[in-house]
Amino acid sequence: MGRSMDGRARRGTALVDGSRLITESLARAGADAYIGYPITPASLIYGYASQRFPAILPAPDEITALQWMAGLAAAGKLPVSATSFPGLALMTESVNMAVMMELPMVIVLVQRLGPSTGTATAGAQDDLRFLYGMVSGGYPVPVLGIADIDDCWSLPPVALQTAVDLRTPVVLLTSKEMVMTERSFDMNRLGEVRPVSRRTYDGAASYRPYEADQKGVPPFLPVGHGAHQVRMTASTHDQDGLLRHSTDEALANTRRLPAKVKAGTPPLYHLEEPEHPEALVVTYGITSGAAREAVRMLQQEGLKISLLVARTLIPVLGAYYTILDRYLERELPVIFAEENLQGQFAAMLFGERLPDGVRFVGDIGHMVTPDAIVREVRR
Amino acid sequence: MSEFLVKPDFPYCKGCGHHQVARNTVRALEALERRPLDVVLVTDIGCQGIVDRNFATHTVHGLHGRSVALGSGIAMALPSDKEVVVFIGDGGATIGLQHLLEAARLNVNVTVVVHNNMLYGMTGGQPSGLTPHGFRTVITREGSPYPHHDICQLVHQAGAPYARRILGLGDFSGALEEALAVEGFALVEVLELCTSHALKMNPDLRLRQLAEEAGYEPGVWTGEERPAFELSDGASHESLVEPERVRETEVHDDSPLQDRFSLILGGSAGEGAQRAAELLVEAAMASGLHATKKGSYPVTVGVGFSTAEVILSRDPILYHGIAEPDAVMITSDDGLAHNWERIEAMKSGSVWIDESLEAPETGADVRVRDFRGRAGARNAAIYSLLTMVGETEVITPEALIGVIRQSSIAEYVPEQLLKEAGS
Repeated sequence: MGRSMDGRARRGTALVDGSRLITESLARAGADAYIGYPITPASLIYGYASQRFPAILPAPDEITALQWMAGLAAAGKLPVSATSFPGLALMTESVNMAVMMELPMVIVLVQRLGPSTGTATAGAQDDLRFLYGMVSGGYPVPVLGIADIDDCWSLPPVALQTAVDLRTPVVLLTSKEMVMTERSFDMNRLGEVRPVSRRTYDGAASYRPYEADQKGVPPFLPVGHGAHQVRMTASTHDQDGLLRHSTDEALANTRRLPAKVKAGTPPLYHLEEPEHPEALVVTYGITSGAAREAVRMLQQEGLKISLLVARTLIPVLGAYYTILDRYLERELPVIFAEENLQGQFAAMLFGERLPDGVRFVGDIGHMVTPDAIVREVRR
Repeated sequence: MSEFLVKPDFPYCKGCGHHQVARNTVRALEALERRPLDVVLVTDIGCQGIVDRNFATHTVHGLHGRSVALGSGIAMALPSDKEVVVFIGDGGATIGLQHLLEAARLNVNVTVVVHNNMLYGMTGGQPSGLTPHGFRTVITREGSPYPHHDICQLVHQAGAPYARRILGLGDFSGALEEALAVEGFALVEVLELCTSHALKMNPDLRLRQLAEEAGYEPGVWTGEERPAFELSDGASHESLVEPERVRETEVHDDSPLQDRFSLILGGSAGEGAQRAAELLVEAAMASGLHATKKGSYPVTVGVGFSTAEVILSRDPILYHGIAEPDAVMITSDDGLAHNWERIEAMKSGSVWIDESLEAPETGADVRVRDFRGRAGARNAAIYSLLTMVGETEVITPEALIGVIRQSSIAEYVPEQLLKEAGS
C-alpha cells in the first residue's frame, strides 16, 4: 500500500453503497445516537449504524423513534434516523414538535415508489412536495438532496452542522437507487470529516431558552442543566419557553422560525454553464446522474446545454430563480428532470402552471433515463 | 412557597384532582431532597399539561400522548441522578399506550403520573380508553358500554418494576416518593373526578364508590428488579470504510472493454447470484473498469428469484440503469420468470440460458449452456459468468478466476471448472 502526498496510505477501489458512506460520515461528524425502525429501502443504513454508532436504539414505531430523538436532542445528543415515506408520515407530527422546540436532528429520507406502501424496492423522487408542506404553516425544514455517491460522504456533515447551527431537524433526501446500489469507489476520494462544532449558552444572565442571537437562533442548553432552568414546548411560546396564546413576543418567536432557516441553510448547488447555452436541464437527487449523462450526450452532438443540480431543495434558493430567469428571459428552454409524475421540484418553484419554456420529464417505477432527457431537450 | 415552584396557584378548576397531584409531587420531591434543576417535568397535552409554568424544574411540554416517549428520550440521555417525571392524562395514556409499554419493557428511568379522571377534560369530556363501563360522558350519555384498560396491569405485564393505583385524595406523596425512588420505570395512576365534566354527567358520583364499582381497585404491582435502561457508553465502533471493512481492489489486470457493458444475472435465491455478480464486479475493478451492481429479489428474500444487475464501464458510470442489457444470464426457472419480459424486449445482445429452460422469442442471440448440470445449483451462477467472460471480451477469464480463488466461495467451486474456464 503506497502513500499519497498528504502522507495518508493510498487506498484502493472498493465496492460500496451509499448507505455505508452516509452512516460513516454521520458518525464521524458527531451524530451520537441512531434511532431505528426498519423500513425498506432505509434498513441498510440501520444495519450499518448498528455497527458504527455510539448508541443504537431500536424503536417500536416511527412516532416513538422521533419522540425519542426529540428527547435525546433536548438533553444534548445529536440523533439520527433513516426512513422512507410511510415512516416519515408517522414522524411528521413529531417533526413539527421538533421544529417548534428547535431540536437538532437529521432524518435520512430514502425515497421509494408511492403512493402508500407502493413498491418498497423501487426508487423514486416522490416526497419533495410533502416535505415542502410538512410543517403546518409552511415553515421550512432544511432539505438537502444527495445527488451522487460523493454527496453520500460530503453532505451528512453539512446536514448535521445545519441542524446544530439552526437548531432544527434537517432532512437528507435520497433514494433507494443511491443507498442500495453498490459502486466501485476510489477510497482516496474520502476526504476528512470533522466533527460538527457545537456552542452552548455561556452567558452570565439567566438563560432564556428562546431568546435568539443575531442569527435568529437561540443558544442551546440541554434540559437537566445544573445551573440554568431549561423550558421547551411544542406550543406557541414566549422566549422563556412558556405557552402563550398569541402575545406579540410569542408570535415573534414563531415568525423567527422560517427566517432563521431561510437565512442560515447553506446554498448548495452545482451549475455547469457553457458560453452561449441553448437550454438548461434542472435536476436533483437520483436523476442527477442521468441528467449529467444526457448533457454529456448532447454536448457530444455539439449542443450547448447547461446543467443545474440542486442540492439545497428547501428552503428554495433565490439563486435558482436568478439562474432560471437567465434562460426564460431569452426564451431558452428549461427542462426539469425528476423521478415522479408531477414535476415536484418544478411545481415547488413555479406552482401548478409552469411558465412558457419550462418543461418536465419524469417517470415512475424506473429511474429517468438519459435518453428521455435528451429527447425532451431536443423536442 | 416550595423551591420547586415559581407560582403557587395551579391553573386548574376548583376541586379538580390535578391540584392534589401537583401538590403531592412537590411534597415527594422535597421529601427525597431533590434539587429543582435535577428534575425534568415532561407534560402531555391536556389540563395536567399546563402546570409546567408553575414549576421551577426543567419543563418540557410536548404532544398529545407522546410525553412518555419524549420523557424516555430525555431520560436515556441524562445521568441517573436526574429525575424525569412525566405528567399525562388518561387520554394521553390511551393514544400513547405503546410508549408506556415500551418504556416499561425497556425499564427507562422515568416516573409516569397518570392523571386518570376517566375522560378528555380539555376537549369537552369525551370517553378515553380508561373510561370505565357505565361511566356517562357527553359521547356515551347512557354510560360507556366498554370496559376500561387497566393501565397498571398493562405496564406491569410489560415489565414495569413498579405500578401503583391510588385515589387522588389527601396526602398521597408517599406513593409518589416510592415511585420516584425506583431505579427504572415507575407508574402511579391517580384516580380523580373532573369537576367540569364528570360530575355534570354523573351528578351523584363519589370517587371511592366509582373506583369500587368500576373495579379500579387501589393497589401496588411490583415486578422483578432489573437494571434501568442505559444508553451505551458513547464509544464509537470501528469505521465502516477502513480497509478491513471493505474489500479493496488494486488494478492488476487489463480489460479489453472500451465502453460500457451491462449484464443481468437471473437465478434463484440461495444459489449465489448476488455473490457471483459481486465477484464479476471485483474482477472488473481489478481490470481497471468502473462498475455498479444492484440486486433485486422478492421481500421474502429466502425464496423465489434473485436477479443482479451489473454495469461495467471504461468511463465513470453516471447513470446506472439498464435500458436494454448487453447480456442476460439465466440459471434457473425463477430467474427466467423474473426476466422473461426483459428478454422478450431485447433487440440485440446475448442471452445465456441453462439447457433445462426455454427462452422466449427475442431479438437477442440465445446461447444454451449446461450451467446447472455441470456446476450444480450452488455454482451455476458463477459458472455462467465464467462462461460469459470466456465467450466475450469484457474482462479476461483470468481476472475472474483470480478473484474467485481469493474469495470465500473458492472452497466449493470445483477446481475443474476454473481450469476449464482458464483454458
